[in-house]
Amino acid sequence: MFQLSQGMRKSFSVAAVFFVLAWTQASAWADEILVSAAASLTDVLKEISNGYQAKSKHTVKFNFGPSNGLARQIEEGAPADIFLSADLPQMDSLDKKGLLEPGTRKNLLSNQLVIIVLADSKLAISSPKDLLKADIKKIAIAEPSSVPVGVYTSKYLADEGLWDRVKPKVVPVQDVRATLAAVESGNVEAGFVYETDAAVSKKVKIIYEVPIDKGPKITYPVAIVKESKRKDAARDFLNHASSPAAKETFKKYGFVVLD
Amino acid sequence: MIFSFETWQITLFSISVGLASTLVILPFGVALAWLFARKDWPLKSAVETIVLLPLVMPPVSTGLILLKIFGRRSPVGRWLYDRGIEIVFNWKGVLIAMAVMSFPLLVRSVRTSFAEVNPRLEHIAATLGASPLRIFFVITIPLAYKGIVAGALLAFSRALGEFGATILLAGNIPGRTQTLSLAIFNFVQTGKDPEAYVLLGITVTLAFVSVWCSEWLLRAGKRA
Repeated sequence: MFQLSQGMRKSFSVAAVFFVLAWTQASAWADEILVSAAASLTDVLKEISNGYQAKSKHTVKFNFGPSNGLARQIEEGAPADIFLSADLPQMDSLDKKGLLEPGTRKNLLSNQLVIIVLADSKLAISSPKDLLKADIKKIAIAEPSSVPVGVYTSKYLADEGLWDRVKPKVVPVQDVRATLAAVESGNVEAGFVYETDAAVSKKVKIIYEVPIDKGPKITYPVAIVKESKRKDAARDFLNHASSPAAKETFKKYGFVVLD
Repeated sequence: MIFSFETWQITLFSISVGLASTLVILPFGVALAWLFARKDWPLKSAVETIVLLPLVMPPVSTGLILLKIFGRRSPVGRWLYDRGIEIVFNWKGVLIAMAVMSFPLLVRSVRTSFAEVNPRLEHIAATLGASPLRIFFVITIPLAYKGIVAGALLAFSRALGEFGATILLAGNIPGRTQTLSLAIFNFVQTGKDPEAYVLLGITVTLAFVSVWCSEWLLRAGKRA
């Protein structure tokens, strides 16, 4: 065993104090922010935060869930710093209650409504009117009264003057994933999903894209939560999410980036 | 092993919080089950019903109630928050959600095993001068322990499968509150079925083993 001299011990303790101070300083400086985001954004946000963390001192954690659940958590004071919703009503409800940091809300992304069929399907759909054809017996749509994509779809078909005639064929399902599953299983001939969701399944193909100007405006708004204790770090991350590099990543996953 | 770091992390996290939640509710569950099985008291059936509610209520609504109770806006949540205890978006939230959702299963099975203990043995011990506490630990518990362990295993399996209450109270934060069930949800939402199946396999294995042990103990208990 070797003994430390008095002087060495002293310098060790000085060094220890110095390290503790340096560590606490660094952790006060580098923040960990929490972003509550719609579950459909999981992959793209992970990629964007990897890019961010490579060059920033801050770290980003995500809380993925359905937008309405995320909004409820923020209403009850959950410690989220940023809210990224998949639809406007959830953001509006927080806005009305004064829970968002003024001036930080903006529309970040948009998505395109598409019609999908099985990858080897022989169906031809060149306009939404083709949905009325006899060989399309069932169409899967996320619950048209409550789920955002379902609401958007029924509104679009109503604008085209087709909703009343298409409605008897509609099979309402739980969400976009259930729509994909229904089409994949072959139990329905076609389904309405977002372009980004169609991209994750190899068993389906996009047969018709609803033109951006014709379709209802699909918006993913983002804002900093008023009660956030890490607003500077949150702002920094939002700036990164609007950077050219992040925009490229969003586009790669099929999103339309709004300015 | 073929499992990724994340898979290990999620599995170990789920098992540890599930075990912790089961250990936390065990003393309360056993005490309450005994009160249900052996004593008559006012409002007993009302309390029994309340304890059972999480079993039949939609888990999301239980989660909403828990979020209301432990959120910073409520007096309880505020009080805890002022003392530096955060429940929402924290592993403690996962534990509370699991505990509340699995408590009814524990109480029900333990209660049945207490009811199967012949009260005559307890009476005899009492006539021999044993204190009620001694009777409980020396007669009742040893005779009912298989049912108690079986109930604990069942509660643990239920805790592992918890989803609805957890996602609302604790959030679905990878590396912090994400359990097996929450990770499966995330993988399914993003079309990563192969990854979801790996976690599903782990969940099914864990659930199968603990439910099977639980059933085996109950059958062994009946024979004894």
